[in-house]
Amino acid sequence: MTTLFPLLQNVLPLVIVALVVWVVVHARQQPLWAEAYRRLARNPLAMMALGVICLYGLITVLDSLQWRDTTTEEPKTVLDRLFAHVPQERTYSAPLATMTTGEPQLHAVQGWHLLGTDGNGKDVLYQALKGCRTAMIIGGFTSLLVTPLALLFGMSAGYFGRRVDDAVQYTYTVLSSIPDILLLIALLLVFGHGLDKLCYALGITSWVGLCRLVRGETLKHREREYVRAARALGVSPLRILARHILPNLLPLVIISITLGFSGLVLAESILSYLGIGVEAGTGSWGNMIDAARLELAREPVVWWNLAAASTALFLIVLAFNLFGDALRDALDPRLRST
Amino acid sequence: MLRYIIRRLLYALLILVSVSLVTFVLFYASSSPQQVARRNLSAKNPTPQQIEEWIHQHGYDKPRWQQFQEHMSQLFLLRFGKSDANGEDIWERIGSGAPASLLLATIAFFGSLLVTISLALAIASFRGTYIDGWGTFLCVLMMSIVYLVYIIAGQFLLGKLLKIFPLAGYQSGVQAWKFVMLPAVVSIVGGLGATVRLYRTFFLDEINQDYVRTARAKGVSEWAILFRHVLKNAAIPILTTTAAAIPTLFLGSLLGESFFNIPGLGSYLRDAIDSQDFAVVRAMVFLGTITTIIGYLLTDISYTLVDPRVRLE
Repeated sequence: MTTLFPLLQNVLPLVIVALVVWVVVHARQQPLWAEAYRRLARNPLAMMALGVICLYGLITVLDSLQWRDTTTEEPKTVLDRLFAHVPQERTYSAPLATMTTGEPQLHAVQGWHLLGTDGNGKDVLYQALKGCRTAMIIGGFTSLLVTPLALLFGMSAGYFGRRVDDAVQYTYTVLSSIPDILLLIALLLVFGHGLDKLCYALGITSWVGLCRLVRGETLKHREREYVRAARALGVSPLRILARHILPNLLPLVIISITLGFSGLVLAESILSYLGIGVEAGTGSWGNMIDAARLELAREPVVWWNLAAASTALFLIVLAFNLFGDALRDALDPRLRST
Repeated sequence: MLRYIIRRLLYALLILVSVSLVTFVLFYASSSPQQVARRNLSAKNPTPQQIEEWIHQHGYDKPRWQQFQEHMSQLFLLRFGKSDANGEDIWERIGSGAPASLLLATIAFFGSLLVTISLALAIASFRGTYIDGWGTFLCVLMMSIVYLVYIIAGQFLLGKLLKIFPLAGYQSGVQAWKFVMLPAVVSIVGGLGATVRLYRTFFLDEINQDYVRTARAKGVSEWAILFRHVLKNAAIPILTTTAAAIPTLFLGSLLGESFFNIPGLGSYLRDAIDSQDFAVVRAMVFLGTITTIIGYLLTDISYTLVDPRVRLE
């Protein structure tokens, strides 16, 4: 997996985007989802949130499509090429400033930097856009890992009960008895640093919530009449789970993935800030915010790094929160927040 | 009731041993005794002999299974022994770190409970109006801001610009509260959005119940309805969600303390992880798990106090 991941890393965003598109197109053919889709389309806030998510997705895709540069022989993404003409400055410069700041002898800025430059003279906008891909991979890949796992364990615990239930409940009680942050630190010490390892570690800590939810719902559905009828007709348990219970759980699972996505993105930035997140060189809003902490103490105050990273982070988390809420309202009228 | 508690305690014992086993396995997966010895020996370039000696002294050369058994029996007797890193007595260090953690966690816990419940109740009492809509939206905005930004903004505004509180650090004694206020305020504000929104739905669930309509029909004032009826009935879901915060009362907030350089138990544990001080890590994880389990047990028992209908089986 470790050797495979660098390759996978670039294919992954494309796979996730394709998967989401497939789910959306496929789902529209079913009445419940078509209805939900209509409700969503009428909700301007949800559509705006979806727009933001798509924008971030687009940036992620642009930052994942890469091919070798003819001169340097280094692979470069589309995003890198778009920013190839932005010159590197000597040090900090404020947004759209013509002079650098924070050095004894001020120099003229060579390029045009919408969000200024950081301490190494790199364009802040470029850095902030680089963070998109990391955040989307963390959220997307972790959800991709967690969902099948949580569904498998949650559904079998809820449906078969007894020993299976005991074992699953025992596993997640043990995991949830260790403080999350502690478990994450320990797992990252074991796995080592890196984007993929971060996803595995976050997966281990975050499947518990989803599994608990799925188990509870399956317990409810197990005694419903349609499941009893299927059982009476001699349908095998596997088929009942896959064909009858799973479709009924899907809305809930999709809602909780959407809402969980923002939690994962936030967790990444906190872990990067603690120095156990992604490795240096990978764009990360957490690393940018970490650097910004000392910059606020400078004279004059360097605020644009912090502002760029936290705004980028804020927008995507807000978009996922709002869209998740709207999705919940659209998919499950019973769960609607009054 | 008693049988229930006994059964829960037995299950807790199993969980406790399992958590320790997980810690043990994770520790040996991430480092070897040789590495730990090299990190913790004071000499710059320890000889192989010194390393062997250190490992032997700390009992890390015994078979793994025997080590685990010994660790467990020591932990259950609450004999935590000495730190691997500096030979400091672990109980003593816990004793000196606990006041800071306890002070911070208590202020943050009760402060947050007070603020969130009153705000949620206020928003719920304006249900269906613009105040409710914008209040809820503001909550979503607030829960979308990463905790780091709250810390940095808090330090910048309250510490640097307004100079109300010191930026970070700690000083025991009468001055202690000053250092604890900023992290407490940041932790209260940081958790505000998500919690207020959640509590609001708890309150709304109760406000729409029949007994509220009956009370209103009998002419009970809106205030009395909110405080006497709704608040009391919403206490159960609120209790469930606060249970998760109980361990932090003891363990301290791992993040908050290390961000603000408060030498409490949270930062003690973090330092121990950084320096691979296994003796401290296993003791703290053990204590943390115990408090988590006790927290959940207390929550379940408190249900029966709040709601006489609940019977524990």
